[in-house]
Amino acid sequence: MDTSILTRVSEFEWHIEPEGDMRVPGIIFASEDLVQAMDDKVREQVTNVAMLPGIIKGSYAMPDAHWGYGFPIGGVAAFDAEADGVISAGGVGFDISCGVRALHTGLRRADIEPVKERLADALYQTVPVGIGSHGNIHLDEPGMDAMLTGGAKWAVQRGWGDNADLERIEEQGCMPGARPAEVSTHARKRQRNEMGTLGSGNHYLEVQEVCEIYDPATAKTFGITAGDVIVSIHCGSRGLGHQIGTEFLKTMVTRAPQYGIRLPDRELACAPIESETGQAYLGAMRAAINCAFANRQIITHLTRQVFAEVLPGATLTLFYDVSHNTCKVEEHVIDGQSRRLYVHRKGATRAFGPGHPDLPAAFRESGQPVLIGGSMGTASHVLAGNTESENLSFSSACHGAGRAMSRHKAHKIWSGRQVIDRLYEQGIIIRSPSSRGVAEEAPGAYKDVNTVVDAADKAGLARKVALLKPVVCIKG
Amino acid sequence: MWTLFHHEADIGVCGTGHTREEAFEEAAVALTAVITDPETVACSDSVTVDCEAPDPELLFVDWLNALVFEMATRKMLFSRFHVEFDGLCLHATACGEPVDVARHQPAAEVKGATYTELELHEDEPGKWRAQCVVDV
Repeated sequence: MDTSILTRVSEFEWHIEPEGDMRVPGIIFASEDLVQAMDDKVREQVTNVAMLPGIIKGSYAMPDAHWGYGFPIGGVAAFDAEADGVISAGGVGFDISCGVRALHTGLRRADIEPVKERLADALYQTVPVGIGSHGNIHLDEPGMDAMLTGGAKWAVQRGWGDNADLERIEEQGCMPGARPAEVSTHARKRQRNEMGTLGSGNHYLEVQEVCEIYDPATAKTFGITAGDVIVSIHCGSRGLGHQIGTEFLKTMVTRAPQYGIRLPDRELACAPIESETGQAYLGAMRAAINCAFANRQIITHLTRQVFAEVLPGATLTLFYDVSHNTCKVEEHVIDGQSRRLYVHRKGATRAFGPGHPDLPAAFRESGQPVLIGGSMGTASHVLAGNTESENLSFSSACHGAGRAMSRHKAHKIWSGRQVIDRLYEQGIIIRSPSSRGVAEEAPGAYKDVNTVVDAADKAGLARKVALLKPVVCIKG
Repeated sequence: MWTLFHHEADIGVCGTGHTREEAFEEAAVALTAVITDPETVACSDSVTVDCEAPDPELLFVDWLNALVFEMATRKMLFSRFHVEFDGLCLHATACGEPVDVARHQPAAEVKGATYTELELHEDEPGKWRAQCVVDV
């Protein structure tokens, strides 16, 4: 992106001044290098989002922003229903409530070293992964409705976890306002046999080591010290979410003219929040959030079973579970007044600062844990929400590294075997059903997550707490 | 003919042909190529697909999304397609086989077809092109 057309407000904040149909400025948080590396399409998409009805304050791009569809990935935008604000299926994304869940294991790196091959094999055999896989849970229609309403709470009631898990999930693991009746037959059919599956692409389950601590006080509150073993799970609402995204995108595109909405890009398809379409999407999207919560909860259960077998005595407790493809209703202070806003975060993580009432008591003083996924050879990060990000970005931060090259190019450069062997030399074990999938997800195909996280930290979006490196990676 | 084109996070699928039908069929092969080498997918089973949309471009996205749905729910991959139009309705047959993970090495599942870079054009007489980005 050409930085000369942006206004540099500070070292890590760049503005696209409103012009034409833009209702608010575009605001990009990133270092100069990251902005320069961003595709010009990001500027175009941030600008287009700024034109949508009822948008408040700004159209934001996080440091990992890249060219998405309609909204950039790494985009944040808040809308006020009372100002004719809209909700957008493209602003949430296809993989509704995709997110990262991290589990404490109570183990140290030395504990897993002698059994890591066995652990990798057992996790790979137990957690369904990749195309063509299915779970062992088959939901009938009443079961599907109960899951879509109850989320992780439903899973815990079925015996797949503990009540204590729920405190460590956004919305306590159960998104209110879900309307299973708005979830189509097709979406249900796609999910019937997919509960507790990881998926493919950039989704993974990793056993990681805490390698560096940047903020010892917050790390202590989070219960992590250097050398600890953490399990991270990255996945979302599976086929159900994808189908809901697909169907509502079409409905919103088709109905936009009747709502008097002129779309600068069809992918920005949206509907007034208070409209029938808007409310139907909200209900279906919230049901998909519950599906993602339940899915990660079941995978947690399977992971616990594996650890109980391979490392008897290990107790896996939930550290935190964050989603990075959502639209949530939140109270934010605008010009001194508290307003109820519909905050879209597409490839962006909520990052509530210290004292926020929605945080569990354990994190009330530290701020929300913000889990940034890397995978295979790339590090993951734990950050903490800052008070100042409320004013900067509706309490939002980045979600990952973002791709540096296309899947196609990565597949041409690397072979899966080559990637697996190189990582093995670094002490990282990969298990995946697809050699080509591994090649397309090669660490070199991603931007440097450390640069992205540094920019988020320096921009004030969230502060760095710890760096995690993979030991075992189960990859779709 | 089918091709894949660059998109920063995802991937674009493109089909060209002498007719609109052929462009749709070739783009469907490109969709399979996102997941696996279409040459490795045998034609042992066929599935019928019907779609309807308010305009031809949306019909193209619907067509790809219908295939995404069939692949996901039947755990199948497809390599040969026959498309017929009836106004803004599409009737098609997709021919393929169940996913064989060892043989197909499926790289990534397609979550859905998007309206990004969506184009349906007759670039010159008898030369149709249908394309869009798919989310993986």
